[in-house]
Amino acid sequence: MPTFWDIEFLRIIFPLLLQGAWITIQLTVMAIVLGTLIGLFVALAKLSPIWPLRVFGNLYTWVLRGVPLLVQLYVLYYGLAQIGLLELDAFTAAVVGLSACAGAYIAEIIRAGIQSIDRGQKEAALSLGMTTADAMRRIILPQAIRNILPPLGNEFITSLKDTSLVSVITMIELMRTGILLDVTYFRSMEIYLSVAAIYLLLTTIFVYGIDYLERRFKII
Amino acid sequence: MIQLKGIHKRFDHLEVLKGVDLEIQEGEVVVIIGPSGSGKSTLLRCINCLEKIEAGEIRFNGQIVGMIPTEKGLVEDRKEKIAKLRSSLGMVFQNFNLFPHLSALENVMEGPVTVKKMKRAEAEALSRNLLHKVGLADKVDVYPNQLSGGQKQRVAIARALAMQPKAMLFDEPTSALDPELVGGVLAVIKELAEEGMTMIVVTHEMGFAREVADRVVLMDEGQIVEIGTPEEIFSFPKHQRTIDFLQSIL
Repeated sequence: MPTFWDIEFLRIIFPLLLQGAWITIQLTVMAIVLGTLIGLFVALAKLSPIWPLRVFGNLYTWVLRGVPLLVQLYVLYYGLAQIGLLELDAFTAAVVGLSACAGAYIAEIIRAGIQSIDRGQKEAALSLGMTTADAMRRIILPQAIRNILPPLGNEFITSLKDTSLVSVITMIELMRTGILLDVTYFRSMEIYLSVAAIYLLLTTIFVYGIDYLERRFKII
Repeated sequence: MIQLKGIHKRFDHLEVLKGVDLEIQEGEVVVIIGPSGSGKSTLLRCINCLEKIEAGEIRFNGQIVGMIPTEKGLVEDRKEKIAKLRSSLGMVFQNFNLFPHLSALENVMEGPVTVKKMKRAEAEALSRNLLHKVGLADKVDVYPNQLSGGQKQRVAIARALAMQPKAMLFDEPTSALDPELVGGVLAVIKELAEEGMTMIVVTHEMGFAREVADRVVLMDEGQIVEIGTPEEIFSFPKHQRTIDFLQSIL
């Protein structure tokens, strides 16, 4: 039986795990940036006076929140390739899948945040002669951000952890690196605890980042 | 300056305005009084298109505004036209509706900067002047949640004035205020009246109506019951409903 917490062994696996973690970070950043843009667009679509946009927004959140991300990833990577429609490389498929799904959750968060702002704010903005777009940009969104940030932070942390799912479509990120090391060395405990520790470190950094933003956007 | 003809407005099955005719001359101060639910505020909100009317017409300087008659009935005017109309009508709300994420100064600057694309320095000078005018020169950098109700409403008046409107609409400007704060706000409105600003004021302040109004309008159940000078309405009311209303509040 191998020695538990063998420093030498950790020295072997850590550089590889950190490489995986770097991919995880890249996936997370892209997923939350694109997901937030998608979420903002879908949220505005859901609140639009134009009904086809509303239908699109509602369909989008209905499907992408209603189907497990794991299943979405299989369809996106293996399904599309099988029917020859679109052969995505693993990284692209991962980014698309993660951000599309995060976008659906973020859309709901942003929609709720916008709707939490008193109607009188929009009326006051309009009565100055602002367009609806100006009122949204200058008056409503800056206030909605306060209400949006805490649940948005939660969603970012979920997105980070959800990147572990793309290990099933051959993305060699942190989780997949761990699995590959395990089948090589058969030292599951050390490997997966190391993986867990790195995820925990990353989510902790996130929590502090969000905390900082919340304090920055707080209205005096 | 503002002409209302046969204004009808309903919310679902509730008819709030049942054919209102009213004309406001330039420089005139018209005060609308009447029981709660009589349609006073709704009428004001129809004038700057925060509510869509179902029938009738609103003219501003002779031009039909807001809802335009077509073969298919009344159709909402182009957004830019409505925005333009709103920027020439200053609106003051019962609940102030100040922008809480902006300081008093920024609240006042917001209209000129965003709507009129005025340079920030110019907008700031204008806004400082207006805040001085409403007696809040020392509150420029304060955020709304640190102001009293009366101060908030005075910032809101300055914010509306910053657009250099042709007329001002006041929707129960003192109804949400503690009694001791009402006077300061009314003083500002009175000063505007003396400067010749055209104003429509919906209020429950009868003393103010008597003192400042050129004409007083009594509304009840979506209709105008009586129009007259303050003297005519308060001292020699003709209609029973006016008499009943005045008795109920005194």
